[in-house]
Amino acid sequence: MVKITIKDLSFSYGSRKILEDLNLVVGDSEVLSLVGPNGSGKTTMIKCIDRILKPKGSILLNGGRDLQSLSRQEVAKYIGYVPQSTTSVLTTTVFDTILMGRKPHMGWRVQEEDIDKVVDIMKLLHVEEFALKDFSELSGGQKQRVLIARALAQEPEVLLLDEPTSNLDVKHQLEALDTVRSIVKRTEISAVMAIHDLNLAARYSDSLVMLKGGKVHAIGDPSTLLTRENIRAIFGVEAVVMRDLDRPYVVPIRSLNAEAV
Amino acid sequence: MSEAETISKEGAIDASDLKEDYASFVGRKVLFIIASLAGIVILAGVAATLGSANITPVEVYSAILAWFFPGTFATTDFIDTIVWQLRLHRVLMGIFAGMGLAVAGAAMQGILKNPLASPFTLGIASAASFGASLAIILGAGFVSGQWLIVGNAFIFTMIASLTVYGLAKYKGITPETMILAGIAIMYLFSAMTSFLQYVGEAEEVQEVVFWMMGSLGRSSWDKAGIIALVAVVCTLALMYFSWDINALGAGDETAKSLGVNVELVRVLCMILASLITASIICFTGTIGFIGLVAPHITRMVVGGDHRFLLPASGLVGALILLAADTLARTILAPVILPVGIMTSFLGVPFFIYLFLKRRKEYW
Repeated sequence: MVKITIKDLSFSYGSRKILEDLNLVVGDSEVLSLVGPNGSGKTTMIKCIDRILKPKGSILLNGGRDLQSLSRQEVAKYIGYVPQSTTSVLTTTVFDTILMGRKPHMGWRVQEEDIDKVVDIMKLLHVEEFALKDFSELSGGQKQRVLIARALAQEPEVLLLDEPTSNLDVKHQLEALDTVRSIVKRTEISAVMAIHDLNLAARYSDSLVMLKGGKVHAIGDPSTLLTRENIRAIFGVEAVVMRDLDRPYVVPIRSLNAEAV
Repeated sequence: MSEAETISKEGAIDASDLKEDYASFVGRKVLFIIASLAGIVILAGVAATLGSANITPVEVYSAILAWFFPGTFATTDFIDTIVWQLRLHRVLMGIFAGMGLAVAGAAMQGILKNPLASPFTLGIASAASFGASLAIILGAGFVSGQWLIVGNAFIFTMIASLTVYGLAKYKGITPETMILAGIAIMYLFSAMTSFLQYVGEAEEVQEVVFWMMGSLGRSSWDKAGIIALVAVVCTLALMYFSWDINALGAGDETAKSLGVNVELVRVLCMILASLITASIICFTGTIGFIGLVAPHITRMVVGGDHRFLLPASGLVGALILLAADTLARTILAPVILPVGIMTSFLGVPFFIYLFLKRRKEYW
């Protein structure tokens, strides 16, 4: 089944085109990763799908409704967004942070049902021990789990993650992506993430989208897409791709325009 | 999931325990609001007993109750006059002005995500001062008669906040653009006020200076009524946006992803906060500090959830202003100090105490 279909998505800042005519299909229970160099449009793409930015083109839900025609409140019921790193300035407890995810569904008063859902999600992501701690007191890995929990509290169809591993150590990188993948596989939710690390992307994604200069360079499963040629074309990097593991493993060797140094 | 297994072994917290913990966490905030409310009622009675004529708290409360239940409670004309015509409107004006300034401050800090924001960040105080100076020194203004100073202060306050909105709108409404535009407006109006003071006569300049200090001395039932109405209506309206303001605290992008119309919420809250502030300081002159400090004190106790922070800040602000005005009336009696001076004398030590004592980051 298809979860969302993105058609001719374009976005520009003034006259500078950031994304150009992107077409993309995200399936049910699929982890899709956007990879590409800095400035290729990964994060912009994530923000366009959630309509944080205002793109041109259409983002069709599987019922045929276009996200572009829905109110922000409605979009929030379909799409959960996990930001890159948050510098939350205001004091708020972990419980209240996750409860915020219920915002698209609830009025001013919090219902018993909302509290129950928050409690369930906290248990699912194992953040219940620090329920009443301040969000700012948590470690990077814990914060990431809480932010994923908040997005899940929205009960979305699609989870968008903007570089979910960027501030984490190796162990927490693996744990965060394990969490995402297990949720996607256990539920009907799909995940789209922007990610820098090709090897993590290869290991945790069902399919990859290679972006370059705001355009799709290639779409496919990690093992066919991660080749020396593609990596050279996208990143301008000479790399060795090892294939003796179950997933391809990329070892970058040198930058192609580093001769001058 | 290896991670899942390791954590589930150590953290066996029951769902019902978790719900109970959260319920008592919310209960504590409600308790604080009820306690503050009780504190205001008691302090209001005390404030009405203090003054040059000696009357007891019992006599004050009987006079108040006698008005509502004429048969049940008895009072004398003398006490009735003192309470109803001299003291009570000043007490109520203090309560609602303190409440309004604090709620406006809490809302501004929330939407601008800045601990130093207050209604005065947007240049509101200097605009009001300019409006008043214009009326006092040049006798010029938009309305005439006894409402000249009040009308001028109010109108210039709204002009300032609309200008800030216009400037910020041009560059996108973010905390940074609003604060920078506000600072520019503040300096502009300060300079214009200084100019007026430079060209004004000595007595006029003195009147301007006294106006700027802020005082409840000009209170009346009409003014207390207007302030109460605006403060209560705008506070309820701001509370309606509590969840949106909470979401803004997590960043504009996150707020958008949660369904918040970020710019609209920010503008509406700014206008509501300006409206409250304008309607108060046009009668009282600039009473600073409450809008800054009351939300901070409250945030340390009830946390950052605006559903509770806004009303609780209002009550704390009412307590501070009422206490400050009562002290200002009595401490050097028969000299009555401007309340604007007293709020700082009273609030600063308390604020520094909390600031030094706090253990965790509350911003």
